[in-house]
Amino acid sequence: MSTFHRYQISHLQQLESEAIYVLRETAAQFRNPALLFSGGKDSIVMAWLARKAFHPARMPFALLHVDTGHNFPEAITYRDDFVTLIGARLVVALVQDSINQSRVAEEKGPRASRNKLQTVTLLDAIADNKFDACLGGGRRDEEKARAKERFFSHRNDFGQWDPKNQRPELWNLFNGRKHEGEHFRVFPLSNWTEMDIWQYIQQENIPLPSLYFSHQRRVFRRDGSWLDAETGFANPQPDEPIETRTIRFRTVGDVTCTGAVESTASSLDDIVAEVAAARQTERGTRADDQRSESAMEDRKKEGYF
Amino acid sequence: MDLLRFTTAGSVDDGKSTLIGRLLYDSKSIFEDQLAAVERFSQKRGDARVDLALLTDGLRAEREQGITIDVAYRYFATPRRKFIIADTPGHIQYTRNMVTGASTANLAIILIDARKGVIEQTCRHAFLANLLRIQHVVLAVNKMDLVDYSEETYERIKADFSDFASRLENLVEMTFIPISALNGDNVVDKSDAMPWYKGPTLLYHLETVYVRPGENHVEARFPVQTVIRPHSDEWHDFRGYAGRVAGGVFKPGDAVVALPSGFQSRIKSVHSADGDLQEAFAPLSVTLTLEDEIDISRGDMIVKPNNPPETGQDLEAMICWFSERPLSTRARFALRHTTREVAAIVKDVRYKVNINTLHKIEDDLVFRMNDIGRIAIRTSAPLMFDSYAKNRITGSFILIDEATNETVAAGMII
Repeated sequence: MSTFHRYQISHLQQLESEAIYVLRETAAQFRNPALLFSGGKDSIVMAWLARKAFHPARMPFALLHVDTGHNFPEAITYRDDFVTLIGARLVVALVQDSINQSRVAEEKGPRASRNKLQTVTLLDAIADNKFDACLGGGRRDEEKARAKERFFSHRNDFGQWDPKNQRPELWNLFNGRKHEGEHFRVFPLSNWTEMDIWQYIQQENIPLPSLYFSHQRRVFRRDGSWLDAETGFANPQPDEPIETRTIRFRTVGDVTCTGAVESTASSLDDIVAEVAAARQTERGTRADDQRSESAMEDRKKEGYF
Repeated sequence: MDLLRFTTAGSVDDGKSTLIGRLLYDSKSIFEDQLAAVERFSQKRGDARVDLALLTDGLRAEREQGITIDVAYRYFATPRRKFIIADTPGHIQYTRNMVTGASTANLAIILIDARKGVIEQTCRHAFLANLLRIQHVVLAVNKMDLVDYSEETYERIKADFSDFASRLENLVEMTFIPISALNGDNVVDKSDAMPWYKGPTLLYHLETVYVRPGENHVEARFPVQTVIRPHSDEWHDFRGYAGRVAGGVFKPGDAVVALPSGFQSRIKSVHSADGDLQEAFAPLSVTLTLEDEIDISRGDMIVKPNNPPETGQDLEAMICWFSERPLSTRARFALRHTTREVAAIVKDVRYKVNINTLHKIEDDLVFRMNDIGRIAIRTSAPLMFDSYAKNRITGSFILIDEATNETVAAGMII
């Protein structure tokens, strides 16, 4: 019995070890990979794992931030501190540049969001920097179209995903071969759940943006979640009164489509307890997924994260 | 808490998606917004009741046509265990998907429709689980409500399946459970309708079954993924070999050999970002440093001198063929094995297997999509390998078509 127990590892160790393996395969199989970094908790955990995977050397990836310009200021401050902490190189691609170059047109109306425009900026940044693989923090438990993603996900020369024609992925043998102009999205956190992410942040004591913790904020109600009214990027309508609430964010992204939940969870312990009891998925507060039943699938096919 | 990876296999309409929906729903892994979305869709389509199968249908074509495309991965947890389900569809490209799902699983659930009993597909699923060396198989006899919860029917299915399974070469541990996924009998809660069944519910079995670790902790195997050389003053002399242990245990001081070069050294440290470790074993990702400066790069393997793997350029293997284009002998492929990639030629097709009858096919040796059989391969450079029976990591490979870059076959070394 003792020999058996000696070689047992926890589920977090298994997930960590798998993610590090995938990160190292990415470094080994591609010439110029980038790690997509949004300042959200999943990309934070992924960058943390990348630091570990190549320690004591620096990670062989640039961090790529596709910046809609509609940021929470806390997220940008955090981003710059974190990049310094883990010793990485940051590349920022601005959606505003894509708008100025008329590559995309700003959405109109009270619900205008730059979320969808990011896809063009991302694909341009991939082409301009000659990135041949982009590491993403996507998890299969997040959304049903993501449940079918591979660790190594092939993208054609238009950056598109073809879910009906994916390469089979067996054991831990990843096939990253591609033709000129094609690239890969790689998802080291594929097998992690939201709970695993939080437990890992807790175990590793990873610093997070303050937005994830309970705080008072001026917000307004739309489609069942609270949207920020402080940064000025989301436009409350006359029938959407602004009030002050005690909230926190379960995901951090573009201000216009990231909803908050009412919460008093002010520590990692509180958050883990809250996540365990949650009856709504974290993407339930994401307006971008609620546009239609297959919103995520459609965006992914176009080349979204 | 530990982790159990399992795969589910079933034929069309045997209620597999309903079963998974039921496991997720009854274990409270379904969130309100997910359930609300499914209710909306079920209503729109005019279903008589909420279709739990919709919880697992991800893509638009799947929801519209009521089918499943491709392997999907699901996650749920109970206070006892965390689970990863590889959910494989029953119709299109069946074998390819099941082999993919089974390659990372430690347990397989095979669904049997109680009205139909053991059919060809059941045997095919059992054969594949066996081929992929899944040690635990659960036979979930579903739709018991449609056979009046008959003990006799259940016992007959059990006997039929056991008879078939006795012909499999690598006999596995089998557990039979009578269920109704639609009504929830014996899935999470014990059924009142089958007092004659004294065994566990499906979920209780999944939570408590002792799963032998899939890893090999005897023969030491460390395929090198990448070499770590920090160009910093603090770590000036550091030269580490990063990889994930594929077998055995590595400790500082252990004598090791690097293959294929054959250079010998000793382990200086087992490095991790959190400090040096006392030992490393599968499936941990670590970085090894050695006492001597020897030339090691990606694709090499660090092993121990007393139990080395086989080294050679000729392999005998069982393969499953995935491509729409048939396999022709003399065809050239890229072969990926652990972290090593070499060119390979299929020298000979020994036989194919009729996976419904387990008979060898020797008069038609052309591999078409979903065919399984034995081949002989010659590689351009030596591989360091074990039989798949001994080690799932060092005993498996994939073949890649060099023109299309598609993964065209999965191989298990004999």
